[in-house]
Amino acid sequence: MGKIMLDVKDLKTKYVTRFHESVYAVDGVSLQIEEGKSLGIAGESGCGKSTLALSLMGYYFAPLHYMSGSITVDGMNISDMTPDQVRKNVLGNEIAYIPQAAMNALNPTQKIIRFIEDVLHAHDTKLNKKEIYDLARERFEILGLPASVLDRHAVELSGGMKQRTVIAISTILSPKVLIADEPSSALDVTSQKMVIKMMRELMEKGFIRSMIFITHELPLLYNVTDDIMVMYAGQIVEKGSAKEMVFDSLHPYTNGLMGSIIVPESGTRDVKLTAIPGTPPNLKRPPAGCRFAERCRYATAECKGMAIEMKDAGAGRTYRCRMSEAELREVYARE
Amino acid sequence: MPVSKIDREKRAKCLAGTGVTKVFGVGNARNVAVDHVDFDFREGEIISIVGESGSGKTTLSKMILGLISVTEGEIEYQGKPRDIKSHAKKKEYWKGIQAIFQDPFSSYNMFNKIDSVLLDCINMRGGRSLPKAEKEAMMTEACSFVNLKYAELTNKYPFELSGGQMQRLMIARIFLLKPKILLADEPTSMIDACSRATILDMLLKLRDEINMTIIFITHDIGLAYYVSDMVYIMEQGKFVEVGTADEVILNPKADYTKRLISDVPKIHEEWDLSTV
Repeated sequence: MGKIMLDVKDLKTKYVTRFHESVYAVDGVSLQIEEGKSLGIAGESGCGKSTLALSLMGYYFAPLHYMSGSITVDGMNISDMTPDQVRKNVLGNEIAYIPQAAMNALNPTQKIIRFIEDVLHAHDTKLNKKEIYDLARERFEILGLPASVLDRHAVELSGGMKQRTVIAISTILSPKVLIADEPSSALDVTSQKMVIKMMRELMEKGFIRSMIFITHELPLLYNVTDDIMVMYAGQIVEKGSAKEMVFDSLHPYTNGLMGSIIVPESGTRDVKLTAIPGTPPNLKRPPAGCRFAERCRYATAECKGMAIEMKDAGAGRTYRCRMSEAELREVYARE
Repeated sequence: MPVSKIDREKRAKCLAGTGVTKVFGVGNARNVAVDHVDFDFREGEIISIVGESGSGKTTLSKMILGLISVTEGEIEYQGKPRDIKSHAKKKEYWKGIQAIFQDPFSSYNMFNKIDSVLLDCINMRGGRSLPKAEKEAMMTEACSFVNLKYAELTNKYPFELSGGQMQRLMIARIFLLKPKILLADEPTSMIDACSRATILDMLLKLRDEINMTIIFITHDIGLAYYVSDMVYIMEQGKFVEVGTADEVILNPKADYTKRLISDVPKIHEEWDLSTV
């Protein structure tokens, strides 16, 4: 077992709206990532994936509030730090974050090299301009980006190039954990592949030591990450290796998600896609029992009444359902 | 069920183009966005136009919709040359062709309630003088076609819906308008994978129940394979491969098609990342 890079225990965070209502978007999430491993987070829109990503950085600002739980990055507890300390000591060199529309974050009036200078200066790096330029050029060349990008403005780059540039900038300090929140959703398939290839290279060359990849594209997660974790209504509902999750899912929600996979392989047209009916619950008032019960085909009155705990299915596999592993398999086999 | 090739010849011509070209700019800035393309769309087919960003898909779709002029070439609509020279004729043409766009969030007037979106469609189709109860029955039917509940939607504004629900409501609009042709320009790229399946199934349902011709524009060849009868692969303004979905995706001939297929992650085959 490798060294644990990120250890999260029972993390709870909430949003407070301007009417002082609480939205419990991350409710008791625990996860661990070992060195050299990547974790994929899947789920529908509105299940708390992006909020979890924000919460993991430990950088809380209104309307997001920390409630309880701990976040440990390579032995350092960051959950009790003030936002200023987090920004100074954690963001960039311990945890890097790539938000959804990262490529729109580039200031159109600045050259790309300026952003890299900014990142390095914010972390008190004692390098002069020439040294920064050399460092950046070397890093860009290793990652397969032309060094001429450094002297360009953001508007001169294509969408895929901008996204790759942002990833290169945010990992310039070789962080321990990279959190990528839908880094390829706004791109076409070819640029998406380039982004994925670059993230793989970052891992292989040791510029990042572990990765969290958030997306709703399951075939992508299957190809990119070692483990997949499925979130529903702020909670983890199932976690396991990528292969197990795609071909042998246990939780009815995961099973439903797998029914929406579309790939250009023969046989795809003969299978009717199964969409999960309904929408995720409102997290202002999360259901008391199983949160998926409203939309679950196998739900009983019992499900709606009792809170379900995570169950261990061995070999790092966990799921959150009333039914046992054998019962679930039997139900799926019957269909 | 997909349309077979023999069956296809029997179908009425819906929209056809010969040598359709669009050139932007002159002199040094001259840019041929769509370069002499020919197409033949039959009634009740789902046609996918697949290509990467900048291949001219959207320019072609705008020409088909009559939103921009055609530089060269002819478009035939229902067997006759298309005439959209005057505004009145354009309006007449748009009764037969409608579109759904990529971004459902910007497709609505945010000041209008959802009822009015659907009500406008009924009024446009000459239902202005119908009694209120009948209009409501039509709206309820349209909503149930897309698995939405009309009773839950009344008095709501578009921003209160999720992206998937908004896009479904767009399809409800199409259901009320019942055009001959629906042009769907990346209708699923901004919504999550789970709602995507629902939208695609609804497009199939529109085809099956109303015999609508659907032109589906996408960059994801997997989606194109799932829904379409005919696939047109577009590269730099030209069609490089045309054929039925099974022909094109299972036995691609053009290098570009092969590349597009290899760019999509798969689950039963290894995804080769070294090719980019």
